[in-house]
Amino acid sequence: MTPVLSVRSLRKYYPIHRGMLGRKVAEVRAVDDVSFTIDRGETLSLVGESGCGKTTTSRCILRAITPTGGEIRFRTETGAEVDVAKLPRAELRPLRRQMQMIFQDPFSSLNPRMTIAEIIGEPLLVNGMNDTGARHDRVAELLDLVHLPSAYLNRFPHAFSGGQRQRIGIARALALSPSLIVADEPVSALDVSVQAQIVNLMLELQDRLGIAYLFVAHDLSVVKHVSHRVAVMYVGKIVEIAPTHELFATPRHPYTEALLSAVPVPDPRKRASRIVLEGDVADPSDPPPGCAFHPRCRYATEHCRTAVPDLQEAAPGHWVRCHRAAELNLQGVSAA
Amino acid sequence: MADPILSVRDLHTHFFADEGVVRAVDGTSFDLFAGRTLGIVGESGCGKSVTARSILRIVERPGRIVSGEIILRRADGRTTDLVKLPPDSAEMRAIRGGEIGLVFQEPMSSLSAFHTIGNQLIEAIRLHSTLSKRAARARAIELLAMVGIPRPDQRVDAYSFELSGGLRQRVMIALALAAEPRILIADEPTTALDVTTQAQILDLIRRLQQERGLAVILITHDMGVIAEMTDDVVVMYLGHEVEKGPVDVIFHAPRHPYTRSLLRSIPSVLAEPRARLATIAGSIPHPYARPPGCPFHPRCTDHIVGVCEKSFPPEVEISPNHGVACHLYPQPVEAAA
Repeated sequence: MTPVLSVRSLRKYYPIHRGMLGRKVAEVRAVDDVSFTIDRGETLSLVGESGCGKTTTSRCILRAITPTGGEIRFRTETGAEVDVAKLPRAELRPLRRQMQMIFQDPFSSLNPRMTIAEIIGEPLLVNGMNDTGARHDRVAELLDLVHLPSAYLNRFPHAFSGGQRQRIGIARALALSPSLIVADEPVSALDVSVQAQIVNLMLELQDRLGIAYLFVAHDLSVVKHVSHRVAVMYVGKIVEIAPTHELFATPRHPYTEALLSAVPVPDPRKRASRIVLEGDVADPSDPPPGCAFHPRCRYATEHCRTAVPDLQEAAPGHWVRCHRAAELNLQGVSAA
Repeated sequence: MADPILSVRDLHTHFFADEGVVRAVDGTSFDLFAGRTLGIVGESGCGKSVTARSILRIVERPGRIVSGEIILRRADGRTTDLVKLPPDSAEMRAIRGGEIGLVFQEPMSSLSAFHTIGNQLIEAIRLHSTLSKRAARARAIELLAMVGIPRPDQRVDAYSFELSGGLRQRVMIALALAAEPRILIADEPTTALDVTTQAQILDLIRRLQQERGLAVILITHDMGVIAEMTDDVVVMYLGHEVEKGPVDVIFHAPRHPYTRSLLRSIPSVLAEPRARLATIAGSIPHPYARPPGCPFHPRCTDHIVGVCEKSFPPEVEISPNHGVACHLYPQPVEAAA
């Protein structure tokens, strides 16, 4: 299958300036050598804790921020490949139609002074659909796609609940028939009962329209329900990437193992002994030498303190950045 | 079982706004025992936080407790109805923090940015004791060590913004326990934290509870946290307690349609990849537009037409300590008589 997106060695460094002359004294390596691909109609999830670089990665892909280095190859509708990382701003415009975004907060991402019809119709108008009738029809069609009654067209966002607003945000993202949607924590602000509806809607839309999702999330339970593949990030780097089932059942990186074991399981009979990681996530402006995870890793050896591990293929499609990946027998989570 | 340390009886806390009355808590009753954890779970607007605020008597205007009792059993065996105390009375202030500690969700906004964490701790310690400043400072360092803060003798002089989210939440817990309360109320204590930090904080709360025999009220929307941490559970929906019981019963033999659908709709790391979730139709109604009768009936798949929209179901005890408020489970005849 041809990937719709392939990211190669993506880097985003932020300089730290100090002193009167504003000299650069250090840099924060928010994203440091990240590579992955997403196929047409596939969901790849980026998971990790705050500050791991997952949101920065997604913003780079949309060119909301300009990366420091690396390639972001996007396959356009015409089949051509363009490097989003290097494209001049003016040439980004036509691409934006094909890559859309769903935001976390459905309360602040919709303009309160615009009606639902205007909000969803705006991307159409901006991209040259000037015929009011045609635009109206398309908006009605989009509302139907996200299961909102077309009677809502002339209402304002405040009249809607969080779940309904998120549906409106999704309809707006779908307006221009994108091939890739970046969804940054799209359900984390929603209540459980509503979250399930939005997760199902995203799965359904993907099956119907063949959209690829880059799903950025911290909630591993939700990630399990939406992803084909999962990439785990730690201090700016991907430490493990694998098909969803494999990553959860047989993690190969100690950080993934700890993350999985930290998730509370909704069953009081399964109160397992959790691996509790000591300390906090490393500071990306001053990461520890060697493997950035070694100060918190219970399997770390002397080698881990000095040598930076490479991302290696441990099994077909299962990549891991750990010196000891081959010898460790890590605990995953499975229903059994 | 021993007498409950705290009993809430038919608590009603309403908010009187210009647009109408919001019945944020509308008839909640539960018992809390020493050394046990009671979980209050529900989605936004269910009244779980207002319940906690009512117990501490810090409900903000235009809200107030309309009726009900909050009976606190004191260390000497006396009982006090907190509803009868003026919120700003000396006795209530001594109870707040002194006997009941509170941990909020947002460690950033609940700690002062202008005072060192040591000074905030010393203030809390001296408010409820006669320790000298020097002794209180030593006690503050001890508390920081107790909640697992590394290098407490240095961190005592740090400001909250110099700490990570997890450390801040540990400081909040130290602050809540400064006066050695017998009850700890934790309102979404880990919601703003990452999952590995959440695991640390939950472990800490569990350890402190075991060491000190604390009674804990844990308020959360996360069924996973409830399953891991609690002994007893109260499930709330739109101000009403819909089901309560021992944690194992709530998860393995839930009777209320809301509890059942809520449990089915939570995503799980144990699910098959890309498994569709069971959903609850519709969304939580706006507080000003609360449905009549049972507030869950418009979303309920077992809705009995002509009954559920007419009256709120009374709570029925299905088995010992397992209560359900649902018309599907009618009052036993002898009890109704």
